[in-house]
Amino acid sequence: MTLTPERQRDLLRQMWLIRAFEEKAENLYAQGKIHGTMHLSIGMEASAVGAVAALQPDDYILSTHRGHGHCIAKGADLDRMMAEFMGKETGYCRGRGGSMHIADVAGGNLGANGVVAGGIPIAVGVGLSQKMQGTGRVCLCFFGDGAANSGPFHEALNMAAIWTLPVVFVCENNQYAMSYPASKAFAIPRISDRAAGYGMPGETVDGNDLNAVYAAVSRAVERARAGEGPSLVENVTYRWRGHSKSDANRYRSREEIEAWKEKDPIARFERWLAQAISLSEPDARAVEQAAYAAIEAAVAFADASPEPDLAAIEEGVYA
Amino acid sequence: MRELSYLEAIREALQQEMRRDPRVFVIGEDVGVYGGAFGVTRGLVEEFGEQRIIDTPISELGIAGAITGAALTGMRPVGEIMFMDFTTLAIEQLVNQAAKIRFMFGGTATVPFVLRCPAGSGTGAAAQHSQSLENWFVHVPGLKVVMPSTPYDAKGLLLAAIRDDNPVIFVEQKLLYKTRGPVPEEDYTVPLGKADIKRAGRDLTIVATGVMVARALEAAEQLAREGIEVEVVDPRTLKPLDAELIIQSVSKTGRVLIVHEAARTGGYGGELAAIIAESEAFDYLDAPIVRLAGRDMPIPYNRTLEYHTVPQVENIVEAARQLAQGRV
Ligand SMILES: Cc1ncc(C[n+]2csc(CCOP(=O)(O)OP(=O)(O)O)c2C)c(N)n1
Ligand SMILES: [Mg+2]
Repeated sequence: MTLTPERQRDLLRQMWLIRAFEEKAENLYAQGKIHGTMHLSIGMEASAVGAVAALQPDDYILSTHRGHGHCIAKGADLDRMMAEFMGKETGYCRGRGGSMHIADVAGGNLGANGVVAGGIPIAVGVGLSQKMQGTGRVCLCFFGDGAANSGPFHEALNMAAIWTLPVVFVCENNQYAMSYPASKAFAIPRISDRAAGYGMPGETVDGNDLNAVYAAVSRAVERARAGEGPSLVENVTYRWRGHSKSDANRYRSREEIEAWKEKDPIARFERWLAQAISLSEPDARAVEQAAYAAIEAAVAFADASPEPDLAAIEEGVYA
Repeated sequence: MRELSYLEAIREALQQEMRRDPRVFVIGEDVGVYGGAFGVTRGLVEEFGEQRIIDTPISELGIAGAITGAALTGMRPVGEIMFMDFTTLAIEQLVNQAAKIRFMFGGTATVPFVLRCPAGSGTGAAAQHSQSLENWFVHVPGLKVVMPSTPYDAKGLLLAAIRDDNPVIFVEQKLLYKTRGPVPEEDYTVPLGKADIKRAGRDLTIVATGVMVARALEAAEQLAREGIEVEVVDPRTLKPLDAELIIQSVSKTGRVLIVHEAARTGGYGGELAAIIAESEAFDYLDAPIVRLAGRDMPIPYNRTLEYHTVPQVENIVEAARQLAQGRV
């Protein structure tokens, strides 16, 4: 499936929104406005946007602790997202969830997840339910390289495969699970090699190349929708920032980080758009600036939003 | 005496015991160069190397199994589960295997490991990174459960736990990591199964665990100004419990308030209340036993809601005052 120029421009806009959201998130944290921690996906935008672009609006995703990008790519309302990040009543989870649990259930985002691999078994259930109900919808499940070494990954991939469920497993291999490098954590060269063990196709792509991600995930989505079962796609990418706010980057070199910044997925897509649809430099900057402005507006909305009402603290608690 | 933080006290215990006993090793996620999510093991890999400070994949069940198997065959491992919430993934090996082996094998084997579990709320980490699950493990015959509240106890209890021949779940409340207190440099142990009177008083006993001990002491300080003398008892080891000290204290004061962070229903407080009610202290009670615990709800992200989900100093003061004044 080729994307129209308007759609391509929109994907660039989404990547800039993610970058802008997370830079702002970092900034708000530095100002002491955010309680807790956060996990930034700066440098990984093509993985989120390229993958979700392969879905229909009513398809589902399951996200991770590093989920701001997935959420924006799935079309979340930035105001409600920022409000959730800031713990406000107007947020997607009414301030109960925060950065690690943003869910836009109506929009098909079944939630970020604080537990590594926590979403992978849920994807089996979502896929099963689509099959049972004959909805024709697909479930795309994001997870990291670290998650691929947890027990739930193995159980879930097998179940999805034996029941030919409409699930696409997208492993965002940013090469580290906190400090633990994928090079040490796996005895195989590619995480996608594991697909063979479960009887599904596996593919590894350059996760900083939006087009490559889009193409691979599109193939997997088509297969899922055609009733042929799940696939595993591995997007090789890199996170520019520390794992979370407690990370002193002791396990990798400045040179390595700088080298990956040279492979900026946004700049790369812009260069490609300049060729493919003659996107001009001023046009690209306009997209970027509009994204930063949208995030400022979201912060203004969140700032002006009320805190949850303490009197309602136990509302929704049923057992 | 020299002061250390709770975190440094734990690190020192690990370091001293690893120097003393070559069977001891540390295993967990990011315990090496990262130093653990909270920095507890920072610097240890530089001293002991990757053979004894072992980073693992994100495989909690694997960690639990690795410490079980290694303990079964001559080692004394100290595992770390990054957040106690993720013991949920390790629980098969802990509950069905490690806890049962010694008894089930007719006493022909032991499983001497420690599993360190940072726990609790107060850090804005929301529902999946803030739980206090200690009572799950208390419920399982075959596991010891330790919950130190001060740097001194943390070091002494950890040394005792590593030397113990049985599996010990070692609960470290994250909010305590930065708290400071006197810690001897030398090797010492705080025996498992021994409670401690953290403050003596005649009017009312507060039995508190973990971070609630410090809050109870602060509350006791305030209440003393009102003329209410509170005795604060810290079980330190939840299992096996030093019931005797608690019963003695309650028999003396005639009133008891139990405080913990974990959710109220099915929490440790219920067990404590039952033990007190079943004991001779029952005859001395001048008021019903009162529990103050976390609300029965997931920990919310919002800072204000989170604060009001678990007992704070003002809640303890209020509950203790009511109890002391016979308004319960
Ligand atoms: C079951 C579980 N274990 C440990 C953690 C702590 N933790 C949070 S993120 C993370 C690393 C995850 O690595 P990866 O899956 O590669 O995702 P990335 O952070 O690189 O996006 C760890 C260990 C957790 N949240 N859940
Ligand atoms: Mg990773």
